[in-house]
Amino acid sequence: MGFLSNLINGISLGSIYAVIALGYTMVYGIAKMLNFAHGDVIMIGGYFVYLSSSKLLHLPPVLSVLIAMVACTILGITIEKIAYKPLRKATSLAVLITAIGVSYFLQNIALVIFGANPVTFTSVVSIPAIKLFDGQIVISGETSVAIVVSILVVIGLSLFIKKTKTGKAMLAVSEDKGAAQLMGINVNKTISITFAIGSALAAIAGALYCSAYPILQNTTGAMPGIKAFTAAVFGGIGSIPGAMIGGILIGVIEILGRAYISTQLADAIVFAVLILILMFKPTGILGKKMVEKV
Amino acid sequence: MAMLEVRDLNVFFGVIQAIKNISFDVNQGEVVALIGANGAGKTTTLHTVTGLLPAASGKITLDGKDLAKVPAHKIVSMGMAHVPEGRRVFASLSVYDNLKLGAFTRKDKKEIEDSLEMVFESFPRLKERRNQVAGTLSGGEQQMLAMGRALMSKPRIILMDEPSMGLSPLYVTEIFEIIKKIKSEGTTVLLVEQNANMALQVADRAYVLETGKIIMDGNASDLMNDERVRKAYLGA
Repeated sequence: MGFLSNLINGISLGSIYAVIALGYTMVYGIAKMLNFAHGDVIMIGGYFVYLSSSKLLHLPPVLSVLIAMVACTILGITIEKIAYKPLRKATSLAVLITAIGVSYFLQNIALVIFGANPVTFTSVVSIPAIKLFDGQIVISGETSVAIVVSILVVIGLSLFIKKTKTGKAMLAVSEDKGAAQLMGINVNKTISITFAIGSALAAIAGALYCSAYPILQNTTGAMPGIKAFTAAVFGGIGSIPGAMIGGILIGVIEILGRAYISTQLADAIVFAVLILILMFKPTGILGKKMVEKV
Repeated sequence: MAMLEVRDLNVFFGVIQAIKNISFDVNQGEVVALIGANGAGKTTTLHTVTGLLPAASGKITLDGKDLAKVPAHKIVSMGMAHVPEGRRVFASLSVYDNLKLGAFTRKDKKEIEDSLEMVFESFPRLKERRNQVAGTLSGGEQQMLAMGRALMSKPRIILMDEPSMGLSPLYVTEIFEIIKKIKSEGTTVLLVEQNANMALQVADRAYVLETGKIIMDGNASDLMNDERVRKAYLGA
């Protein structure tokens, strides 16, 4: 029973990683860059939820998550416009270093505004825990909500990309920017939309993550951010179902590692997974190699 | 006034000058060929015309409208489509999705369906494979898809870059038949080709490009009989 309970907790944590990994993978797929500031947008999202639900405005949880989503969308678009757009023709190393710079910028801005003391985050989830097997397994509301929300997000995002014109434009841009332009697709606008979606998802992830681990400070986003990046690589960066699978696997590995191997080594195990993937299957589980045809 | 006018165009790659002061015209209803060897600057010229590459100096106008300030993604809605070198179809998308992307800027939903039917009529093979992923098509089929995709924008002028490249002789003949058909329907064509023989057969006029300069131009039939062209490009 202990194992089943750990497994469910792993899937739940992994679901949050999956939502974050979607942001990484979409931006990578379309703008061909690793946005290492993505994790810190989670933290900013967390603070917006905190401020609007418990600290300042006392709004209902759903509304405060929506406010955080809007705020993070604006933040994401602004970051892209100011920091990344001028580097469109620069080397990928320059963009990567800029992204790390943006990450530290966000962390330190948050430090200045919100202070160094961690705040206690009030969970946005008010659903009661589910008890199974006469209470031998207790699934908290946060756990089940994280799983349900991430499934909805993945389905919604897949439908958006498959069914809408904007989604098709995103696929076209991710494959060939020049050819996309010849179709009349505005590449800059498409990249902007991608950042907007990724950042809105980061806000959702922030609310879920802080509800499960209710301590919020300026570095809160860094660890889930880097783990979600690992998840995105694990699943095959650029692939949406890959982000989902990678996220859940990383969550399960982390929780099972913590339960059965070592609490201290759990994070190390997660990153060892990253190293092993990069060594043996750099394209990840669902990553694909395109073969050019003559 | 010609439909497409290029005047004193210069294009650089870093310090290397790829296009040296070239000028040419494409009139409404014509098929104009730009022929020349590999590296002569043919593709660079087309990329500059549709805004994928910046010009260092010179003027490009479409229907008298200066294209200097027009971003690449606005060109297609002005009536100019570009079938790029190497097809560049969206390999992970279906044939149908590729064609729909060709009509990306159009708002006339019903007429888009008509265009789709017309493309399927011209390229029956695309209709058979409409749900197939474009990356799994053969080279010739991908070329047809790239042409069909460009036609989906209902262009008044269509630029084609090496449509015969890497194709079997059977496909080459088919592709050139389609170019004739496009012309007969009143669409203007600017054709870039290494296969000068085929290009001069479908073209009304042609320009010969050599290391970034236009060294000769004239009626296609005259060029076909020109001793220098025959020696250098027709293998005669």
